[in-house]
Amino acid sequence: MTNQPKAVALISGGLDSLLAARVVMEQGVHVEGINFYTGFCVEGHTHAIRKKDRQRPKRNNALWSAEQLGIKLHIVDIIDEYKDVVINPKHGYGSNLNPCLDCKIFMVNKAHEWMAENGFDFIITGEVVGQRPMSQRKDTMPVVARDSGAGDRLVRPLCARNLPATLPEREGWLDRDRLYGFNGRSRKPQMALAKQFGFEDYAQPAGGCCFLTDKQYSVKLADLWRTRGRREYDLDDIMLLKVGRHLRPGANFKLIVGREEGENRFLEGYRKRFINIIPTSHTGPLVLLDGEPGAADIELAARLTARFSQGRDAGCVTVAVNQPGGIAPTLLDVVPMPSEEIPMDWYV
Amino acid sequence: MDPVIVDARNLLCPMPVIRTQDAVQKLQPGDSVKVLCTDPGVLHDIPAWCRVHGHEVCAIDELTGEIRITVRVGPS
Repeated sequence: MTNQPKAVALISGGLDSLLAARVVMEQGVHVEGINFYTGFCVEGHTHAIRKKDRQRPKRNNALWSAEQLGIKLHIVDIIDEYKDVVINPKHGYGSNLNPCLDCKIFMVNKAHEWMAENGFDFIITGEVVGQRPMSQRKDTMPVVARDSGAGDRLVRPLCARNLPATLPEREGWLDRDRLYGFNGRSRKPQMALAKQFGFEDYAQPAGGCCFLTDKQYSVKLADLWRTRGRREYDLDDIMLLKVGRHLRPGANFKLIVGREEGENRFLEGYRKRFINIIPTSHTGPLVLLDGEPGAADIELAARLTARFSQGRDAGCVTVAVNQPGGIAPTLLDVVPMPSEEIPMDWYV
Repeated sequence: MDPVIVDARNLLCPMPVIRTQDAVQKLQPGDSVKVLCTDPGVLHDIPAWCRVHGHEVCAIDELTGEIRITVRVGPS
């Protein structure tokens, strides 16, 4: 190859992908980053919905990585295509609803497509043998390379010396001796390499970047599928699962209760889509009703709304019930439901 | 030429960045995009995306409940 070799790096925003890209760039390869948005990402801004989390650094870590590296970053919306990965993973789920192996295969496949379309030569990931229980095992990493179609154009710079040589190494585009042989779950080698490269303030390693690995989130997603009778979702569904207190008094409807000011503000954006309830006599939550509540259900939801308001100990709370479509709200005076009367199995 | 309007209200990052990226791909250097947003994360993310890709943030207007960011497309 007489031209400079070109690689596309999967950049998640985590430390490993940052380092993997840098290791390859050190060898004179032109690198551009690619980041796939599935909708299930745990990003700084999700945390920033809640007022108590406002002090957390708010940034898109993939963009931050690209800026540290000085490379372009192509952010690709794969929300719709990714549904099949979540709903029908061929390799199954991990401990929760996380289809990690299928996810990695899918993303490397997409990167491979981009590589071919844009005249690039190989793909980089920050995977390390033995680091993650599903997709980064010695027996599954070859499956990723094979089933994604990337084959030996997939390079894992941080653990390449533990794996068979890839095409870029055999062709001399990469010097294998300048790649690494990390393995296992310890992040110490990565943190030492970050220090060597002068990277500070990176996203915490093993911090959990996907809501599908979160038990509480997975329980809510499973509840959504079970009550709808089908495994489907749209972007609004998966966003709403990230916020609020969810209660399901019956199979036909669920309450999404804003827990504080930040969540109320976020839920405001959905008021036109759902029946919603908000206290008017006292400060309190905005509550969305997802499903098909009847009149008695709305009365119950009003009492629950009152329970979670500042009027929880008052004899009576007035709430406004708003229907989608801009009809004038209905005002109800309700007695807040005592907490001991709320069955624990209503909490999703 | 008036800026192309990108409505990213009620979208959480990175969707406003993706929408901006997709709009800019269809434009020429010197054209501009005005992105309407509600997620305060855009105050960091869109400028960061512009720095990474060589575009210019011309204006950031913070209104009640809405943020408007104007981006000028840089050279390819």
